[in-house]
Amino acid sequence: MTNNLHRGRFGPVVAIVSVGVLVLGACGDDSDDSSSAGDSTSAESTTAANATTPADSAPPADAGSGPDTFSYFGQTQNTTIVGTLETLAANECATANAAAPLKADATDGATWDQQLQLVAGQGALSNMSMAAGTPSLMKEFIDAGLVLNISDALEELGVADKILPSAASTIKSLYDNEDMYALPTELNIEGFWYNKQMLTDNGIEPPATWDDLVAAAATLDAAGIQPFVAAGQDGWPVTRLVGDYIARSLGPDALQKVADGQAKLTDPEYVAAADEVAKLGDAGYFGDAPGSIDYNTAMNQFLTGGGAFFYMGSWAVSNFNDLEQNKIGVDNVGFAPFPAVDGGAGSIDQVPANAGIPVMFTTNNYGETTKQWLKCVVENYGDTVLSESGVVTGFAIDSPPADLSPLTKTVQDTINNAGGSFLWFEAAFTPEGTTVSQTNGGGLASGALGGQEFMELVQKANEG
Amino acid sequence: MHTVLGNKRAVVTLLAPALLVYTAVMLVPILWSTAYTFYDGNAIRGFKFVGLANYREFFGDQIAWDAVWFTVKYALVLTVLQVGAGFGLALLYVFVLRRASGVIRTIVFFPVVLPTVAVALLFRRLFEAAPSTGPVNAVLNWLGTGSIDWFGQPGRSFWVIILMDLWRSMGFYAVLLYAGLVDIPEELIEAARLDGAGGWRLVRHIVLPLSLPILLSSLIFSINGTLKVFDTVVALTNGGPGSTTTPMTLYMFRTSFTYGEYGYGSTVALMLTTMCLLVTLMIFRSTRRDITRG
Repeated sequence: MTNNLHRGRFGPVVAIVSVGVLVLGACGDDSDDSSSAGDSTSAESTTAANATTPADSAPPADAGSGPDTFSYFGQTQNTTIVGTLETLAANECATANAAAPLKADATDGATWDQQLQLVAGQGALSNMSMAAGTPSLMKEFIDAGLVLNISDALEELGVADKILPSAASTIKSLYDNEDMYALPTELNIEGFWYNKQMLTDNGIEPPATWDDLVAAAATLDAAGIQPFVAAGQDGWPVTRLVGDYIARSLGPDALQKVADGQAKLTDPEYVAAADEVAKLGDAGYFGDAPGSIDYNTAMNQFLTGGGAFFYMGSWAVSNFNDLEQNKIGVDNVGFAPFPAVDGGAGSIDQVPANAGIPVMFTTNNYGETTKQWLKCVVENYGDTVLSESGVVTGFAIDSPPADLSPLTKTVQDTINNAGGSFLWFEAAFTPEGTTVSQTNGGGLASGALGGQEFMELVQKANEG
Repeated sequence: MHTVLGNKRAVVTLLAPALLVYTAVMLVPILWSTAYTFYDGNAIRGFKFVGLANYREFFGDQIAWDAVWFTVKYALVLTVLQVGAGFGLALLYVFVLRRASGVIRTIVFFPVVLPTVAVALLFRRLFEAAPSTGPVNAVLNWLGTGSIDWFGQPGRSFWVIILMDLWRSMGFYAVLLYAGLVDIPEELIEAARLDGAGGWRLVRHIVLPLSLPILLSSLIFSINGTLKVFDTVVALTNGGPGSTTTPMTLYMFRTSFTYGEYGYGSTVALMLTTMCLLVTLMIFRSTRRDITRG
């Protein structure tokens, strides 16, 4: 009786659940169909990467008038891009701004890729937004036809020559594509920025080899100076050292070999790079608790004399030039390229370079008003941001400012004299590989993690 | 009342709105998420049916098992501590402080109303080792030992998380259990005292059995809340160092929204839901026995 009663009560529930699952299954089938479509798009665009442009992301030939506003979405931490856009909106791009007023929005950079995925999944990307931090995610956007083919768009607008060839090639190699899908709002080099006074006081020359760097660190440590300042909480300023060491010891294409499956991070010659960085951490050269230091704290530490060497990209020049932040003096900041490794296949004139976080345009609702903005940004962004913030971009400069700061000049000279460039450690990693690498970077800096263990974790995450 | 509940139309009218909302915000997402577990992909690159592959991946995924272990360890340790501390405080309110307990109750309850991120920032500063020295390390330095990097080692990070959550939550459980204790008839306590029961014997044989229902509710609240921990860990350690303090919720979040694997993320979510369900059932079953019979 009781059983019958239970059966009677639960029968309809089971039926409803079953129907629900079937309905969802049917929805899933639809998704599957769309996935098939997506897959085929993906396959097409992969092929296209080697031949032509994915049809979806080419600028629409019959684009309408476009949106009423020009929306921009960026990271809260980056105030340079939005600030420059606001300047342009009030001056050079006033016409474009009148047709579609700039509307800027921002979110925390720590969860940038997550936010971008959600927005992209809902088909709600802004007209212009900072690109995904993980190149593999950008490739997904490109394959799905969500991102505008900038190469084609600039050809159509007649401003393709406004992008420097070196910047264009950096962006193309970043997304492993023959076309550009983002604008180089920065063109950065990376290396060791150092406190000249601290080095001079301790009789240290800017290090030319890794051994020189280690010896300099030991001297500084003995003198009671923290040798390296690094944001271990963010991880990447530490893992960059591993990537650069690999490029110096095994050559600039060594990490691409890992991405292509010709080598593994757990191979002894790769582990040696992580070991070298772990040794610095083990010796306490990154300070007491590098895992607790975030980007802004590290920047503040270096600019208030809290350490001698600071591995960072040239985007930080705007901070170095800011006297409000820089208490050690602009003239007191020097730049040394990542040192050579004795007997290594790479050379010191090959620079770690990147386009910072470039900006992308969405194909959704791309029309005349957005074209006006795109053209205006390409024509004027480089000059404006260079004169206002001292940021070097991948745009051709029409009127270089006469009073360029010495640090900005150093960056420009280094870019001009570079004997080649290479990307950062995680550039060709999967999103999981990137996350695992960066969340464990602090462990290398604190000495809690050995090189072998670090590389095993990252290799495994990359393999999925 | 019997007439109203005997009328099927009235029952449907009363239940339907709540049932519809519950179905829309709970059942449909759960079923939707369950359906995702059989797919691979995300909203950008589309979905592909993969059968049980996500489940096979979960059972062979060492990082997922590390997350399960951390979640279970955290839930057990924190449940014991917060319900235990809450019960101890409730006893203090009822038997020691009595009518004067109002101020203490308010002070101990205060952290419950503070935002998690604010509390996490407070604890980060308390245990800071660099660039400045936090109060905890300052005391250690004063005692002659060096500063400790509390967030640089998995074991230390775990205990800082536990300490922070204990501080935040024990006031809540104290109030919850206090409400149960004040319901125990005064005559019963008095009678037990006249029979010679006092101190631990009074608690063991009178107070504990009579407050069992509210203790059971506290345990279920606590275990389910702690199994689903997310915000405190994200705000305090973000799952680090490495992934050593990553609970299942954070792993699920990262898998879904950082790695773009909605199917596998949903599988982790389903496993967590199943775990919560099993633990709740276990608690119910284990407390069916009437412990007052000895």
